[in-house]
Amino acid sequence: MLAKRIIPCLDIKDSRTVKGVNFVDLVDAGDPVELARYYSENGADELVFLDITATKEDRKTFAKLADEISKNINIPFTVGGGIKTVEDVDILLKSGADKVSINSYAVKNPDFINELATNFGTQCIVVAIDAKYVDNDWFVYLVGGRVKTEIRLFDWAKEVEDRGAGEILFTSMDHDGTKNGFACQALEKLSQIVNIPIIASGGAGKIEHFNEVFKSGNIDAALAASVFHFNEIRLKDLKTELKNNNIPIRL
Amino acid sequence: MRIAIIDYGAGNTQSVKYALKRLGCNSVLTSDKEVISSSDKVIFPGVGQATSAMRKLKSKGLDLLIPQLKQPVLGICLGMQLMCNFSEEGNTDCLKIFDSNVKRFNNSLKVPQIGWNTIFDLKTSLFDSINENEYMYLVHSYYVPILKHAVAISNYGINYSTAIKKNNFTGVQFHPEKSGSKGELVLKNFINN
Repeated sequence: MLAKRIIPCLDIKDSRTVKGVNFVDLVDAGDPVELARYYSENGADELVFLDITATKEDRKTFAKLADEISKNINIPFTVGGGIKTVEDVDILLKSGADKVSINSYAVKNPDFINELATNFGTQCIVVAIDAKYVDNDWFVYLVGGRVKTEIRLFDWAKEVEDRGAGEILFTSMDHDGTKNGFACQALEKLSQIVNIPIIASGGAGKIEHFNEVFKSGNIDAALAASVFHFNEIRLKDLKTELKNNNIPIRL
Repeated sequence: MRIAIIDYGAGNTQSVKYALKRLGCNSVLTSDKEVISSSDKVIFPGVGQATSAMRKLKSKGLDLLIPQLKQPVLGICLGMQLMCNFSEEGNTDCLKIFDSNVKRFNNSLKVPQIGWNTIFDLKTSLFDSINENEYMYLVHSYYVPILKHAVAISNYGINYSTAIKKNNFTGVQFHPEKSGSKGELVLKNFINN
């Protein structure tokens, strides 16, 4: 049976992890490669690396980092941040990344999704969607949740699927950082609308939240950052607990 | 030992090379027919779309070479699918090593299947020291149905062949290079047996 995935997410700036991490047993917690290895050895099913600088010059450094990660870890990983061209994607995939994640640029240039799907196959295209609940509906936001669009979340989700996204990474800006749980209702509706895997993001604070999100809708994976980085939730404890709750999990 | 990884411009070949390196094996990424033919083991990887992958193989003459290879060959993911007769992906004629068509998952399922799934009914030395129902990482929209050559099964809506073997040709639908230490063990078994 296909297992639900647990995905730690690392923000990267100048080839270093940005948010502080709190693992006593890491020599250099700012080193994404070391942190990636730590997570892969401790039960992460997949990793996401987001390049939050993403200027043109940084793209090359990021590709080098992807190569370094690929050398050192034996689980799949996704890279994202500032991807704008077929060439960007080509370099990252050739460096060993399994999937790329695109966000704002796809909203402004939806054809880009088709272009990537045609060139690389849908299986490696993750479309990240940030949304907020405003005036009784969910709207897509850009630039890390700072700029509102008039695009409705569920319309956009359907469109990205039709255009060739292989997976949707949905972040509720209302829940992100609150540690009060995932946007379960929106996620449930999303899973009824599209027929591709969905990664839930934003709001994880305790183990129970992961349990909730996997029980509420047909959600395939849950992503979190700080709860893992600050060791508030240990991957092993989380996965054991989920398994005890009859959620299919790889231990 | 000389291990050739067939480089035909499809997919994530670098990861396979690095996985072998972690096992202490050097390998060469190549599309050179001489180098491939004279290697002790050949890995035929692939991520991408069947039609364009076959086109790339043909442009290098590799579509004729691969079925003639005599040494152990391991097809991974699309590599395994391309060793079959025909793929529903782009209605593509493939290498015809395994007498089977490659089908698309039913639309009642989420397609592609992405993630860790179990493998069972394990046969052959490829799975030495691997337990039944071990998890492996898979990413695919198309599958090889159950064949008499199946040496491992997975289930996604239906049971399908997640590994196949015929003479010197082996195919795995999962990615051993991305399936943690157990995946590396499958690669190791391929290299050592």
